[in-house]
Amino acid sequence: MLDALLMSARFAEDPTPGLRPDPPLKGEGDVALTEDHGMTTITAISAPARAYKLVGAGRRQWIGLLYVAPAVALVVVFFIVPLCMTAWMSLHNWPLMGAHSFIGLDNYWAILRDTRFWNALKFTGYYTVVVTIAIFAVAFPLALFIERPRQLTGFYRTSFFMPAVIGFASASLLWSWLLNVDSGLFSPAAFELGLTEKKFNLLATFQPAFWSIIAMVVWKVAGFTMIILMTGLQSIPPDLQEAAMIDGAGPFARFRAITLPLMRRTLALALILSVAGSILAFDQFYIILRGGPRNQTLTAVYWIFNQSFVSFKLGYGAALSMVLLVILVALSLIQLRLLRNPEGVD
Amino acid sequence: MAQARTRKRRIGMQIAEHSTGIIASILFLAPIAWTVLSAFKPAQEARQPPLPPWPTSGISLENYATLNTFGDGLWLPAQNSIYVSVMTVVLSVIVSVLAGYGFSRFRFPLKNLLFVVILSTIMIPFQSILTPIFLVLTKIGLHNTLTGLVCVYVTLQLPFSIFMMRNAFDAVPREIEEAARMDGANNVTMLLRVMLPLVWPGIVTIALFAFLGAWNEFLAALVLMTDQSKFTLPIMMTALQSGRFGAIDWGAVQAGVTVMMVPCLVLFLLLQRFYIRGLMAGAVK
Repeated sequence: MLDALLMSARFAEDPTPGLRPDPPLKGEGDVALTEDHGMTTITAISAPARAYKLVGAGRRQWIGLLYVAPAVALVVVFFIVPLCMTAWMSLHNWPLMGAHSFIGLDNYWAILRDTRFWNALKFTGYYTVVVTIAIFAVAFPLALFIERPRQLTGFYRTSFFMPAVIGFASASLLWSWLLNVDSGLFSPAAFELGLTEKKFNLLATFQPAFWSIIAMVVWKVAGFTMIILMTGLQSIPPDLQEAAMIDGAGPFARFRAITLPLMRRTLALALILSVAGSILAFDQFYIILRGGPRNQTLTAVYWIFNQSFVSFKLGYGAALSMVLLVILVALSLIQLRLLRNPEGVD
Repeated sequence: MAQARTRKRRIGMQIAEHSTGIIASILFLAPIAWTVLSAFKPAQEARQPPLPPWPTSGISLENYATLNTFGDGLWLPAQNSIYVSVMTVVLSVIVSVLAGYGFSRFRFPLKNLLFVVILSTIMIPFQSILTPIFLVLTKIGLHNTLTGLVCVYVTLQLPFSIFMMRNAFDAVPREIEEAARMDGANNVTMLLRVMLPLVWPGIVTIALFAFLGAWNEFLAALVLMTDQSKFTLPIMMTALQSGRFGAIDWGAVQAGVTVMMVPCLVLFLLLQRFYIRGLMAGAVK
C-alpha cells in the first residue's frame, strides 16, 4: 500500500511534468546516473532543440505513440474504465447476479442515513490522527539520529528500515501471533514477569486492541517516514546551521528557526503520505482484528469491502467508493498546493 | 586538563548515542528475528509462548511441513506468488521502458495529456475501483486468473515506473544517440543496445518496487482471487490464520510469515541502494 503512496510522492515532485518546455532533469533525482554521466548531462540540457531536428519531424515522431501505447492501453482498461464504471454503478441498484436498475441518487441518500459507514469514517479519521502523530514522534528523532554521519550509521538506517520492506499482510500476520493471548509474546511475557495476574487478552477490548495496532503500524512504517524526513534534513545547507551556531543559537532554537521551516515541503510530503495511507488502512484491521472487538475497528475501506464483496451490494459499494475517492482526491489537491509553494515561503 | 575532560565527555556522548542506536535497532529487528527463529522450533514447542525466541529442544522443520498440509499446501500459493511477482516485474519493466522512452524522446499528439493522465492515476485510490476491475476482468475472460491479477498490478505500478524511466531517459545525453544514429542504428537497436545499458539503474529500481508491490499486495488479491488454487501467499496465510483450515497452528503461521518476509528482506539488502534511490527521487524536490 505504501508503495502506491510512494507514487504520489513522485507525482508531487512535479505536478505537471509533461507541460514543461524541456524535460531534462537537474540530476539530483537520479543520483547514480549523474554519478556516471555527470559530465555530459550539462551539455544535454542545451541539446534538445537540435536533437529534435535531427530525429526529424513527421513519420518518426508518430512512432512515439507506438511506444506509449501499451501503457496507455493498460491504464485505460484497468483504471480509466473502472473509474468511470464506479461513478456509473453508484447510480444503480447493482446486485452480483441478476439485472441492475437505475435508481438515481438513492445510494447517496442511503449513505447519509448509514450510521455504520459514518462510524467507520469517524474511526478511520481518529486512527489517522493518532497513527500519524505516533509515526512522526518516532520517525523524526530517528531521522535526526541517522542524518549525522558516525560509525554504524548504515547499520542503524538499514535496521530501522527493514520492517518497511515487508508487506502489511506479513507484518499483520506476524503481530497477530505476537499479540495472541496464549501462544503470543506480549501477554505471556507480561504474565511471566508478574506484571499481570493472569494472561491479559490484548485483542478483546477496544483500547488495548487499538493501541496494539498503532504499535504495529509505527514499527512497520516509521523507517519509511524516517528516510523521507532524512532527505529533507540533508537538503539543508550546513553553513546555515553553522552561521546560526556562531550567532549563539542553541540546538533547540536552531531546530525551530532553521530545520523546521526549511523542511516544510518534506514535512508536508511525509505528512500526506502518512495521512493518505492511514485513510486507506485495511490489511491490519482485517487480519489482526477482523474489524472487532464488536465492529469497533471497521475502517472506511473495510466497510466498502464488506458492502461490495460480502453483502454484494455493488452499486452501494460504488457510491461509498465515490465518497472515499472524493475525500482522497481533495487531500491530494491540498497536498499539491502545499508542495508547490517554495521552501519556507507562504 | 580541560582537553582531557572534553574528550572524556565526547566519548561519553558516543557511548550514549550508540547504546540508543543499538537498542532502537533491536526493537525494530526483534519481531522479524523472533518469527524467523521460532519457525525452527518443533511443532509442540512452537505452540508455547516464544520465551526464549530460539528453539530450546532442537532445530526442526516441522512447522514448514505442517504448513504444507493446509489447503493446497505451501508450494502452490508460493508458486502463485512467484508467478504474479515475476510477471509483474517483467511486464511493468517492458511497458514502462517503452513508455519512458516514448515520452522522453518523441513529440506526438496528445503526449502531454497522456503523460499527465497516467501520472494522475496515483491520486485515485485503487481500493475504490476494485468492483469494476472485477467486472472488467470477468468481461475479458481474465476473471479469477493470475494473469488478470498481474494486469492490475502492472497498471498500479505504471505511474511510478513510467515517471522514473522518463527521467532516466531524459538524463541520457542526446549526443550519444546522435552518434549511434550516424552509425546507422534504428529505433529498436538504439533502445536495446545504446539506451538500455545507460538507464540500467532506473530499471533495477522499478523492478524492485514492482516485485515488492506485487509480492506483498493483499486487498486486490483477496477480492479478485476467489478460487483457493489461485491464492497468493498473503491470502493463503490469512485463511490459515483465520482458522479456515481448522485450529490455528501458530507454528505454521511463523513458518509462513518467514516465507513471505525473507524474499523481501534479501532483495532489499542486496539492492538497498536502488530502493533508497527510488525513495529519495520522490522526496527530494
